[in-house]
Amino acid sequence: MITLDHITKTYNKGQFTAVKDISFEVQPGELFGLIGPDGAGKTTLFRILTTLLLPDQGRAVVNNFDVVKDYAKIRSCVGYMPGRFSLYQDLTIEENLNFFATVFGTTIEENYDLVKDIYQQIEPFKDRRAGKLSGGMKQKLALCCALIHKPAVLFLDEPTTGVDVVSRKEFWDMLKRLKQEGITILVSTPYMDEANRCDRIALMQKGSILSIDTPDGIVKAFPEELYAVRSSQTHSLLREVRAYDGTDSCFAFGDSLHVTFKTGKSQDLLPYLKSKGQTDATIQPIEPGIEDCFIHLLKG
Amino acid sequence: MKQLITFIRKEFLHVFRDRKTLLMLFGLPIAQIILFGFALSNEIKDSRIAIVDYSKDATTTQLISKIEASNYFDIQRTLATANDLNNAFKKGNIKMAIIFPANFGSDLTHTGNATLQVIADASDPNQATTITNYFNQIVADYNTSLAGSPSAAGTAGAATAQPMQIIPEMQMLYNPELRGAPNFVPGVMALVLMLVCTMMTSVSIVKEKELGTMEILLVSPFKPIYIIISKLAPNLIISIVNLFIILLLSYFFLDLPVKGSVLLLVTASTLFILTSLSIGLLLSINAKTQQAAMMGSLMGMMLPTMLLTGFLFPIENMPLPLQVFSNLVPSRWYFIIVKRVMLKGLGLTAVWKEILILSGMCLLLFAISLRKFKIRLQ
Amino acid sequence: MPTVITTDKLTKRFGAFIAANELTFEVEKGEIFGFLGANGAGKTTAMRMLCGLLSPSSGAATVAGFDVYTQTEKIKQNIGYMSQKFSLYDDLTVSENIRFYAGIYGMSIPAIKTKTTQLLEELQLQKEAKTLVKELPLGWKQKLAFSVSIVHDPSIVFLDEPTGGVDPVTRRQFWDLIYAAADKGVTIFVTTHYMDEAEYCNRVSIMVDGVISALDSPAKLKEQYNAHNMEDVFYELARNAKRKAD
Repeated sequence: MITLDHITKTYNKGQFTAVKDISFEVQPGELFGLIGPDGAGKTTLFRILTTLLLPDQGRAVVNNFDVVKDYAKIRSCVGYMPGRFSLYQDLTIEENLNFFATVFGTTIEENYDLVKDIYQQIEPFKDRRAGKLSGGMKQKLALCCALIHKPAVLFLDEPTTGVDVVSRKEFWDMLKRLKQEGITILVSTPYMDEANRCDRIALMQKGSILSIDTPDGIVKAFPEELYAVRSSQTHSLLREVRAYDGTDSCFAFGDSLHVTFKTGKSQDLLPYLKSKGQTDATIQPIEPGIEDCFIHLLKG
Repeated sequence: MKQLITFIRKEFLHVFRDRKTLLMLFGLPIAQIILFGFALSNEIKDSRIAIVDYSKDATTTQLISKIEASNYFDIQRTLATANDLNNAFKKGNIKMAIIFPANFGSDLTHTGNATLQVIADASDPNQATTITNYFNQIVADYNTSLAGSPSAAGTAGAATAQPMQIIPEMQMLYNPELRGAPNFVPGVMALVLMLVCTMMTSVSIVKEKELGTMEILLVSPFKPIYIIISKLAPNLIISIVNLFIILLLSYFFLDLPVKGSVLLLVTASTLFILTSLSIGLLLSINAKTQQAAMMGSLMGMMLPTMLLTGFLFPIENMPLPLQVFSNLVPSRWYFIIVKRVMLKGLGLTAVWKEILILSGMCLLLFAISLRKFKIRLQ
Repeated sequence: MPTVITTDKLTKRFGAFIAANELTFEVEKGEIFGFLGANGAGKTTAMRMLCGLLSPSSGAATVAGFDVYTQTEKIKQNIGYMSQKFSLYDDLTVSENIRFYAGIYGMSIPAIKTKTTQLLEELQLQKEAKTLVKELPLGWKQKLAFSVSIVHDPSIVFLDEPTGGVDPVTRRQFWDLIYAAADKGVTIFVTTHYMDEAEYCNRVSIMVDGVISALDSPAKLKEQYNAHNMEDVFYELARNAKRKAD
């Protein structure tokens, strides 16, 4: 459905490389995630695929149309929600939706069943201006606007950034339903914990792809044994574990530390910690998460 | 087509929901007209003038005391020679000089006619006209009183007998044609229309870029030409409304009706509006922020319009390069059209050349902005 | 432990709308206090009141010992503030930014000099001292912004979503800085959308619909709501939020 073939894009006359030699494919009906921090090149990829930017090198195809030659055809079959998209603040919910429906040559009624689930949540406020909505509501409205013409491919650039946990959960539930409707979705996010909601993901950093696979596959590829270390004094524990000479890497993850060790050094940690006064420390092997993998790939 | 109408409707909603800008849009022409109107109609008091009296007889003394009695003038007697006068004018110390030639009184009593010379500083044409008119009024009154006096043997005044006459000879310094008097209405029209059109258009397009909505519009099947048309439509209508506000204000408030064909004037104005809209479109293409768009329209458009249109400063007096450059300023041609049609009442035959130039500019600018309008992001 | 923030029924009304309703809590010196809430719950309003930017409608509060009604200037002298949106001047160099912020808090020129050297060393930015901020990677900018926000040794620093969009390693390095500051006795008042970061706080409050609906240590909150992690706690509390508009 989407194919990128050695795509490179630079800015400032080649001084700054936004994305470098990116290739991947997205299958029809797939929910594909681009995961990475700001500056990873996610937005640049979206803009190339939505025909807003011309790549310097490489070729990209969306829905069998070339992004350079057939840009007009792509524009009528994709839905796009840019990262900084904030709708028309001075128009009401209904006016915004009506407007985008018409721009895409359709009406709200025509594809109502597709947006119904989402729109019903904001419909009670339909006469309120978009500028007066909360982040979660704006995001839902923006999704409705991007969906109203029943696109074959949906591009969502950081739709959950700056939105609270509840709205984020709801949003991913909505994407799951859209996927069931057969819409191909390419979505980006800086939140690693959202990666598991995708069929496949590409981990990105500084314009390059670190790894592409299913979330499970990425986790399975984690080459080392990972342990969770806990104690009641997380902060001092962090210092002690880092000071321990058998520690390879140590990062705080919520209430525990995720630690990898130099070969065979894991057993000696607890005695070491006890000697430093961390008497209630515990250690257990755990399955890595996407964030562990990302950190590992960053080091490599 | 329905898409286009929806888009235009949306643009109008933006305009009407932004009360402050709306107020500014319609307040601007009203404020300008009223401001200029007051500047024009204000009475001028105590203008400093010089009187050089080579005759020093009863008549001149009488006339001078009449001038002094009016509170329009403040007489500087110290000036005695032509050279003094010259210097005083240059320094701006006096606005007008009245020169009674030798034998003024005897000329009047013997030949029935006497001539005096009036020199006014016309660099401010409004003021010059006003004060010379005041003076003429005083002389006319004096003429009437001479006519009514027993020595004229008449009864009913000027019409019956040939009375004695004082004839002031006017001389306008620096700006002999007195340009500028009612010139400001065409000037304000050019300025307001230019500003509203370029600024509103460029700002409204750049705003969509800032919001991120432009990305969506570009990624939609909506044609770029439609975006352009819908951005232009509300501003075109607002500007035409503005035009009528100015015309009505000048008719009722300044007694300045359209002497020529209203239809011709509106057509020419629409042409000028379209030209300005195209300039706004061009400005928006490269501006990244609303501020940049606004500064661009203000600095890039307002200054040339004020300086090179000819309503504040006569173009003939400018250095040649500026004169040549002023030909490129659309408002210059529009200004000529309005002056001829509105003030002098001339018809199409008098302005066809200017209309043709304006049409050419309009088409060229619109074509360029259409070509340059980006279908992708930078 | 002395308290540095005390609020008592602090309330802000905008017309009929109660943005923040009777907030009552205390924050201790050196504490890392997580201030969480759903979008539109009233976090920003509460923060603005505490920073002396917004006058409360009723209730009382002191920040660093100063009253939020009458001593806002004193408060501003004694707090630091950093948000994701506002960070630094892009067109100034690293050391110019430090000098500027130290300068507006009235530090003396020798003090500014020592502080600048010290900061650059701590952040390992000595080589970048003359680099324009816009050329730094985002993560470095955020770390620099944090250091600059505490350049005048405030007793409290307010951090509004400081780690948005930052990569996971830099995010943790950022928290190292926060810990270091807290160890020195600076009170940290932080909002975030990363729920794992909520776990790093000593105590967490969760605002829903203008009121604080939970306030305790992450461990106790998880116990109370029988949840695995803070995300579940948050979800449990915020999912029934009525308020949908900011």
